[in-house]
Parts: sequence; C-alpha cells; structure tokens
Amino acid sequence: MYTGPLRALIDELGMLPGVGPKSAQRMAFHILKVPTEDALRLSDAIVSVKERTTLCAVCFNVAEGGELCGICADDRRDPSVLCVVEDPRDIVSVERTGEFSGRYHVLGGALNPLEGVGPEQLRVRELLARVEAHEVTEAILCTNPNLEGEATAMYLARLLKPLGIRITRLASGLPVGGDLEYADELTLGRALEGRRDLEG
Amino acid sequence: MSLLRDQGVVLRTYRLGEADRIVVLLTERHGKVRAVAKGVRRTSSKFGARVEPLSHVALLLWEGRGDLDIINQAEVIDHFRVVRDDLDRVTAGLSMLEVADQLAQERHADPRLYAMLVGALRALADETVDPSLVPPAFFLKALVLEGAGPIIDACASCGEPDGSVELVAFDLTEGGTLCRGCRRGRPLSPDALVLVRRILGGGLASVLAGPPLPGADEVGGLATEAMEAHLDRRLRSVRSVAHL
Ligand SMILES: [Zn+2]
Ligand SMILES: [Zn+2]
Repeated sequence: MYTGPLRALIDELGMLPGVGPKSAQRMAFHILKVPTEDALRLSDAIVSVKERTTLCAVCFNVAEGGELCGICADDRRDPSVLCVVEDPRDIVSVERTGEFSGRYHVLGGALNPLEGVGPEQLRVRELLARVEAHEVTEAILCTNPNLEGEATAMYLARLLKPLGIRITRLASGLPVGGDLEYADELTLGRALEGRRDLEG
Repeated sequence: MSLLRDQGVVLRTYRLGEADRIVVLLTERHGKVRAVAKGVRRTSSKFGARVEPLSHVALLLWEGRGDLDIINQAEVIDHFRVVRDDLDRVTAGLSMLEVADQLAQERHADPRLYAMLVGALRALADETVDPSLVPPAFFLKALVLEGAGPIIDACASCGEPDGSVELVAFDLTEGGTLCRGCRRGRPLSPDALVLVRRILGGGLASVLAGPPLPGADEVGGLATEAMEAHLDRRLRSVRSVAHL
C-alpha cells in the first residue's frame, strides 16, 4: 500500500512493543504532519539514548555516560546486599521506596519455559560470579510475583544456597488501599503465611 | 453477546496493551478458548492470580464475535499451590500445558484431554508423587488419545511379536518399538519398555505411587521425543529448562 520511507517508518514503528499495524500507521502519519523540528527532536532522542546510554558493566542497570550505573558508582551503597530484579525499571520502583541501601543485579527477564527462555538467556552466570567474587552476604530475590518470577526465584535460590549466603524473597501480600474482599486466594494465602507480629 | 459458563485450566497468557492479558484456557465444554482479562496487570485487579498459568478455574465468559472472549468472572477451583511452589513440579506442569495447548483445538470440546490434564496436574500436586514421570505419562496417554499411540508389544516395522524377537529400539515415526533387525531411533532398555507398558496399560496410578523406578529417565526422553515427533515441533518448555 505504502512504499519508500513511509513504508519503512510504519514497519519500524510496528516493531515497538504494544504497537499494532493500525497504531503504527497512525503514528507515522502523525510524524509526517508535525513540524520538522518536532520530528527531529524525536529522532535525536532515539539516537542519543542509543549513543549515550549503556548497560552497567557490573549490575546491568541503565548507565548514563560511563561504565558503571549511578548506584554501582556510589560507594555509600552497601555491596554486601544484592537486590536481584528482572528489569532496570524494577530498580526505579525499589529506589522509590527509599528503603533499600544495597546494590542491584538485573537478570534481563525471567525464566519462561513456555517462551523457551531458560537460564542461558538471563544474566545468571554474571550473578553467580558476583556472589562468588565479592563479599555478598544476602541476595534479595525481587522477581515479579507471577509464575515466571516465582520459578526464577526458586531456581536462583537453588543455585545460590550452596554458596552459603542469606537468600530472601520479597514478602507477597495485599495491595495497600485494597479490599480484602477482592483479594484472590493465592495472594491472600501467601499474605497469611507472611503475617507479622504486631506490637500493641 | 452471550454469556458462557465453563471450567478451564489456564494454559498461558499474553500481555495485551497496558494492563490487560489474553488468557488461553483449555475448557471442559468449549475446547481451547482465548479470552481477555481486563485490567489484570493492575495490582487492584479482581482477577489477580486467578488467571495465571496452571490455575484451574470456574469461568463466566462473554462470548466474543471474533476469536476473543472476555472474562467476566473467574473463581478458583484449584491453584495447584504445591506445583507452583516447587521448581521441578512447576516446570513439569508447564510442559504439560504446552502440550495441551498444541493438541487442543479452539472452540472444539475435547473432554478427555481436559480430564487428563486436570488429572495430571492433580497428580503433580500430590507431594507423595515423584514429579519426573508425570509429564512423560501425560504425553504417552495423550498420544493414544490422538490416535497416535505407539505399538509396544511387537516390532512396529516387521510385525514380529515380542518374545519371538527382542524389542530394542523405539521410534514413533516408525510406529513404536523395533526389533534388532529393524532398529532405528533411540535404544530401548527392558526397564523402560516395562514402564511404558505399565503407564499405557492402566497401571499409571501404581507407577506414580511407588518409589522411583529404573528406566524413568529414559521414558522421559522417549515420551518427549515421541510427542515432538507427533507435533512436528520442539517442546520449548522441556528443552529450555532441561538442566535446572
Ligand atoms: Zn550498576
Ligand atoms: Zn522388526
């Protein structure tokens, strides 16, 4: 239907996650319509994110302008506690709590047998090397509380246990502000298991 | 739109847009169904973990005009918590979900496949059962259901019965067990042959209830290869986590 540069743009946009052919077409026509400087700002942003942003050589978090990410470069962060996450975006979430002063390790996904994702596709070997080489005393497994994330956590626990470090998992519980009435049984069951003493 | 009531096992899910998921289910009376769970990825979702793979649920579905239904309500019959909380059991369970997904047809009821899957997941959720033989048994029995069950009492190539020849190899594309003269495919030990016969001969419950049996690993490989030959594709869930 379309040829040349317009076709190429639609195809490229269509490769983005969550973008179907219809949306890709809409975006392409939008770009065609906007002033040239707006379109160039977008293309500059894409170029500079690829040129100036890399992955941290230690934890695989996003690193801006250097070999290390801001957290690995900060020597106030406790290197003995590692928070293991699936994705750099999860670091942002944990950082927002202000409750964690250790360092991170980004796996780059979770075990997903149905999609053919095994340990080789994740940064598991790098995690093992870090734990073995440095003075890590605790690994907090912060993978998602879904089937893939739980399987990944169980696998990592099996792998890390023999190294003699403390292995913890995020407690799973009820969303603050939610109603007990609407909680699903698995979440409620796990929350009950992870109950804590309350000082009265 | 009409409202359907059924039970099903969640086979897999795909992200859809910002907060939704497409949930693929094997239902009892409507075969394989693809349905949208709206808002399921939000922490406030009423569906929560109910529509995660492995969950056995009672469903109320709006039947869609296209190939997608919409989940109106989902109530849990069984989460198979024991399966979820054990790495070996969960990977075994996922391999059965993958096979069920491949064998089931959309909107075409197959109550026997459904019953077999639910039964196999229940076996896997029994802590006294060794999980390693459950998927191979499910694969072999599913092949029989598909009309692709292997010959196990004679040579599939020359037809000579067991006893007059020794059955020493197995190849599903040849039809099953093979004698020394016709041998192809993978070698077959006497232990593994006995085990395959017990699984297919109605002795599965006693096989699973007992201590680990000799030949079990071999039957695992054989059943996986046979199912792969039948489906004409690799089983991702078995191959990707083979060395956990
Ligand atoms: Zn870093
Ligand atoms: Zn023969």
